[in-house]
Amino acid sequence: MTVALFLEQILNGLQLGVMLFLMAAGLTLIFGVMGLINLAHGSLFMVGGFVCAAVAAWTGSFWIGLVASLAAAAALGALVEIIVIRRLYDRDHLDQVLATFALVLMFSEGVRFVFGSFPLYLDPPAFLSGPVTLPGGMLYPAYRLAIIIAGLAVAAGLGLLISRTRLGMQIRAGEADREMIAALGVDIRFLYTVVFALGAALAGFAGALIGAIQSVQIGMGEPVLILAFVVIVIGGIGSIRGALVAALIVGLVDTLGRFLLPTLLANVMEASAARGVGSAIASMLIYLLMAVVLVFKPKGLFPANA
Amino acid sequence: MPEFVTEHRLNILLALILLGGPLVAHFADEPFLVTLATRATILALAGVGLNIALGLGGLVSFGHAAFFGVGGYAVGILASHHQTYEPLMTSPFVINGTNQMLVLWLVAVLVSGLAALVIGALSLRTSGVYFIMITLAFAQMIYYFAISWPAYGGEDGLSIYVRNAFPGLNTLRPLDFFLLCYAVLIVVLLAQWKMTGARFGMALQAVRQNEGRVAALGLSPYRIKLAAFVISGMVTGLAGALYADLNRFVSPTMMSWHLSGEIMVFIILGGVARLFGPVVGACLFVLFEHAFGSVTEHWQFFLGAALLAVVLFARGGFIGLVAGRVRHD
Repeated sequence: MTVALFLEQILNGLQLGVMLFLMAAGLTLIFGVMGLINLAHGSLFMVGGFVCAAVAAWTGSFWIGLVASLAAAAALGALVEIIVIRRLYDRDHLDQVLATFALVLMFSEGVRFVFGSFPLYLDPPAFLSGPVTLPGGMLYPAYRLAIIIAGLAVAAGLGLLISRTRLGMQIRAGEADREMIAALGVDIRFLYTVVFALGAALAGFAGALIGAIQSVQIGMGEPVLILAFVVIVIGGIGSIRGALVAALIVGLVDTLGRFLLPTLLANVMEASAARGVGSAIASMLIYLLMAVVLVFKPKGLFPANA
Repeated sequence: MPEFVTEHRLNILLALILLGGPLVAHFADEPFLVTLATRATILALAGVGLNIALGLGGLVSFGHAAFFGVGGYAVGILASHHQTYEPLMTSPFVINGTNQMLVLWLVAVLVSGLAALVIGALSLRTSGVYFIMITLAFAQMIYYFAISWPAYGGEDGLSIYVRNAFPGLNTLRPLDFFLLCYAVLIVVLLAQWKMTGARFGMALQAVRQNEGRVAALGLSPYRIKLAAFVISGMVTGLAGALYADLNRFVSPTMMSWHLSGEIMVFIILGGVARLFGPVVGACLFVLFEHAFGSVTEHWQFFLGAALLAVVLFARGGFIGLVAGRVRHD
């Protein structure tokens, strides 16, 4: 095991981490402001991937695809909020889970109906398709590095949006006391639609970026959604900062666990058994991490409204 | 009071319909319909298990497919060792595989109960939306473990070549196996009915309504909820054991989060906290799947639309529509 290989795995872990942050940030915002648990967030991720792949194939430009996926996810998010989600805010969590589960079924079949059952493929833009040489002489795919940078830039932008703008002020006020800001004359229904569309756009953006690494297929958002839940539980529901820290931790632990555990276990058992046991334990590692956090900090690392 | 009588009579009627339908199908020589009813019966049992936690205790678990799958794998693993005559383990003592359902069920219930104890002990430290996400995440952990653990088939699953045996029955005959599953369902429903009226059931419903008061009475809400969660996981695990024998196959899909969602759907379609809610819901689900699945490959879209309509506009589910509201609450 060389240092270069180890560094590459750390970068891969960061890339997974920023991806999870884009998903978790939307989920945690929507929960923080509207008190809603949204299982259909993974579907918006999937829609982002499909729209980007389809538009990029049609126009020949990844960038037009990316913009289209952002617009499509945001528009779809706003539409779903107005038609369905709005009716769920004063319902209990069971109704929210079931209604958004119903949306997952409808979105998956709807996408299958529109795009067919076969996966789509999306190429990264030409100037990002090769490797870049990092300081120290290591080669790393330029596109993955671009994802890390884009993700961190979005995180910074989101932080500024929430702490510096009027919309951000309303979002923070909405998290603290919904009735009060409605009484102060803020159009709370419009604010909810904007927050939901913002979360949807983040998910669609993540789906479009990931689409150029994996194949774009039905159900691609579901594993990411559940990982994003783990991130939120570890980071603390409603906390953007917690989501960022936890997303990076989960991304690194998952990637490094899959890389290191089989190798480490090979020191104490024979190689083929070590590979089997190692990969089995590595797939459970982040959930075990979540269990440990729950034992010591049941409200997550950065509890919101503490 | 009269409304309760209505639900009571409705339950007896439903139990008779679920028994009569497959009997008619059997004598009309339609074994496929008997198997379809068996599937509905087993899924109903899984829903009954979840309803103990969700309906009575208000614990919205989104991870019950894990217990369903653990129960199924307990049967699959022991049956596969029986097929190959290789002991499951030899030290410190010998454990052989078996094909006796009674033993398999016992093991499935114990193992899924143990899984529910560990997951419940951790998850019940939280509540509300955290609890939903955490039960979902732990179920996903077991799902990924089953996929990446190569010894018992991994992602491909594990076949049970001959359906396991029950004394006095030929389980290979569809009607015999249906009657067995039906008997298990009815016994569990009777036990749940007794439990709901007993002290533990009363305490559990009190915890759902007002945890603080229960604690003030000197009871421990945590322990009551944990006990309910374990019982709930055991019943769903038993359903998983039957499901393994129905399909003669277990695979990680038994633990997928879609199945957790579907078990929850049975309850909402039938009526939350109603004794026969999951039974009605599972039957409606299987009928819906059968009816629409043969017409369009996009039947899940219509399932989603129907579910959305029930959640938004028909709270109380089928039994709520027919028998009216629950008396108290």
